[in-house]
Amino acid sequence: MILRKQHSVLIQGITGRQGRFWSAKMQEYGTRIVGGVNPKQAGETCCDVPVFASAREAADELGGIDLSVMFIPPVSARDAAIDAIEAGVRQLVVLTEHIPAQDVMRIHAAARHHGTRIVGPNTAGIVTPGEAFAGIMPAFNRRVFMPGDIGVISRSGSLGTLICLNLVNAGFGQSAFLGIGGDPMLGTTTVEALRALQADERTRAIVIVGEIGGAMEEEAADALREVGKPVVSFIAGRASPPGKKMGHAGAIVMGDQGSYRSKRERLETGGAQVVDTPGQIADALRQALARA
Amino acid sequence: MDFVEYAGKQILAAAGLAIPRGIHCTTAEDVVDAVRILGPSAIKAQVPIGKRGKAGGIKLVGDETEARSAAGQILGMSIGGYRVPSVLVEQKAAISREFYAAVMNDTAARQPLVLFSAEGGMDIEELAQSRPEAICRIAVDIEKGLDARQVGAALAAVDLGAQRDAVAELLVRLYEVYLQRDAELVEINPLAVLADGSLVALDCKFRIDDSAAFRQTEQLAQGTPEPRSELEARGAELGFKYIELDGEVGLLANGAGLTMTTMDVIAHCGGRAANFLEIGGDAYTKATPALELVLANPKVKSLVVNFCGAFARTDVMTQGVVDAWATLRPTVPVFFSIHGTGEEEAVAILQQHLGIEPYDRMEDAVQAAVEAAR
Repeated sequence: MILRKQHSVLIQGITGRQGRFWSAKMQEYGTRIVGGVNPKQAGETCCDVPVFASAREAADELGGIDLSVMFIPPVSARDAAIDAIEAGVRQLVVLTEHIPAQDVMRIHAAARHHGTRIVGPNTAGIVTPGEAFAGIMPAFNRRVFMPGDIGVISRSGSLGTLICLNLVNAGFGQSAFLGIGGDPMLGTTTVEALRALQADERTRAIVIVGEIGGAMEEEAADALREVGKPVVSFIAGRASPPGKKMGHAGAIVMGDQGSYRSKRERLETGGAQVVDTPGQIADALRQALARA
Repeated sequence: MDFVEYAGKQILAAAGLAIPRGIHCTTAEDVVDAVRILGPSAIKAQVPIGKRGKAGGIKLVGDETEARSAAGQILGMSIGGYRVPSVLVEQKAAISREFYAAVMNDTAARQPLVLFSAEGGMDIEELAQSRPEAICRIAVDIEKGLDARQVGAALAAVDLGAQRDAVAELLVRLYEVYLQRDAELVEINPLAVLADGSLVALDCKFRIDDSAAFRQTEQLAQGTPEPRSELEARGAELGFKYIELDGEVGLLANGAGLTMTTMDVIAHCGGRAANFLEIGGDAYTKATPALELVLANPKVKSLVVNFCGAFARTDVMTQGVVDAWATLRPTVPVFFSIHGTGEEEAVAILQQHLGIEPYDRMEDAVQAAVEAAR
């Protein structure tokens, strides 16, 4: 789950404008990109790495691939994901937003059979400050990311960026940023990301950046006691009108299910400190760490 | 995208499921003609929401006089924000039992879910509360699909009388419809058993996944978009997720999470947001039309621009805002907070063109905007 600098990374859709731009950023930062995929440019080189016709071909040629990042439009996301899964890629970061729900289900079904970890869909990616990043996060911005001991889990890339910035402002660096994505059906849920940070020795405290909709925060709340590390949380969407889709397809409240109140109460019962605005996170962390 | 009952039933009928004899009408005259042909009928408002009956949108009529009166009441009435544009006139049927059948996305399990109950007719959420054991849930492995044997086994304990095989066959067909049409939900409630033992879909709720538009284009054209304000319609045309709200603080942010949070902080500071609008993803290059949209709302008394760029470059977005400002020359006060990718360039653009310094903390920018709106 947590990306390390020795992990081998494949970029599906490396030759596109965004694929090229972000691959260069990842390489500069320290991500070990070993190859790219574009069926039309197989045999060529892009960002100093070989381009293959498929993830399967890349895996055959390069050996085991730890992680693949998909810069792939919704129309072909399912096929690209299943290609990577069947190629034995261990972890797949799906950046694509607006993949049809049934395609997402097929991706998850294939991942279950092959034991692949899916991050996303609709994630901005994962960052391990000082080591590597995979996705479209401003890892290279020193005001936003700095090596440290706070693990951050976020459904949103933009809000996650703001929270990391606030942390660095207050002198806290991050052990890992885990962007889990805004899709209604995520491969890695909040509680699974929480378990990864629980097991990570460098992580001393955890920030959960949640959102209204679904039941992931509630599920994570019930696991907090076992995690045994201080947890501070901000849940976005308190002021959102019910029944409306607020940008992220996952962020919709029907009745009390997925509501702000339900999430906040469960997290607080579980022992997390829930704050009202992102600016209060650093102070809450300081207090939680002093108590721990 | 939601579908009205009539449009949903056309999809069911095309897949070989039985629907009542009915005529879709847009005028009272047509309704009277339809009842002359069909005899005693139900007149049903065609709006894509539940509980139409309680809202007065469904009436049973015995003759043409009653038909005219019912049509007059229902056509044009407002239900849940929708104006009723048409009614479905359906021949009355002799019903012996009512079942419930549905296929939907089970987002928690990340797979399709088939639901069946021999106690149809009532609200399924109420049934799930009062008698959850009366609902049969069949989780489907989307790779393997669904067959009649699997359904038969799942329904073994349910008293279905002579309809056992027909129900199993119907559920398999319903699942096929769900797959072929990229449905998020297809629900038949009630699924009626007629006096002759046949199964008929008396009502139908149908919702297709908007993300599948690229392969369901024709089908989606038959759907009914959510009721939208004039500004929301303009936003949709521009390809924005714009929701008009009641407040006075206009906002522009990138990314759904950051936009929701900006609304939360506006509320926290005692203000009210005038809109939801995010220009995340590929839309980050469209800050100019986005800002025009925000400012087109006459309720907006101040504006907060909150950018925290990852994929979205803040310099590109800020240039877009500055361009819109030069064209529109708005008089509302504006407050910025800008961080992330392209931040230094963005701050320079802002200083040069608008002579404004962004706030370092977004809470401070929001606080200032809320105070300015008072």
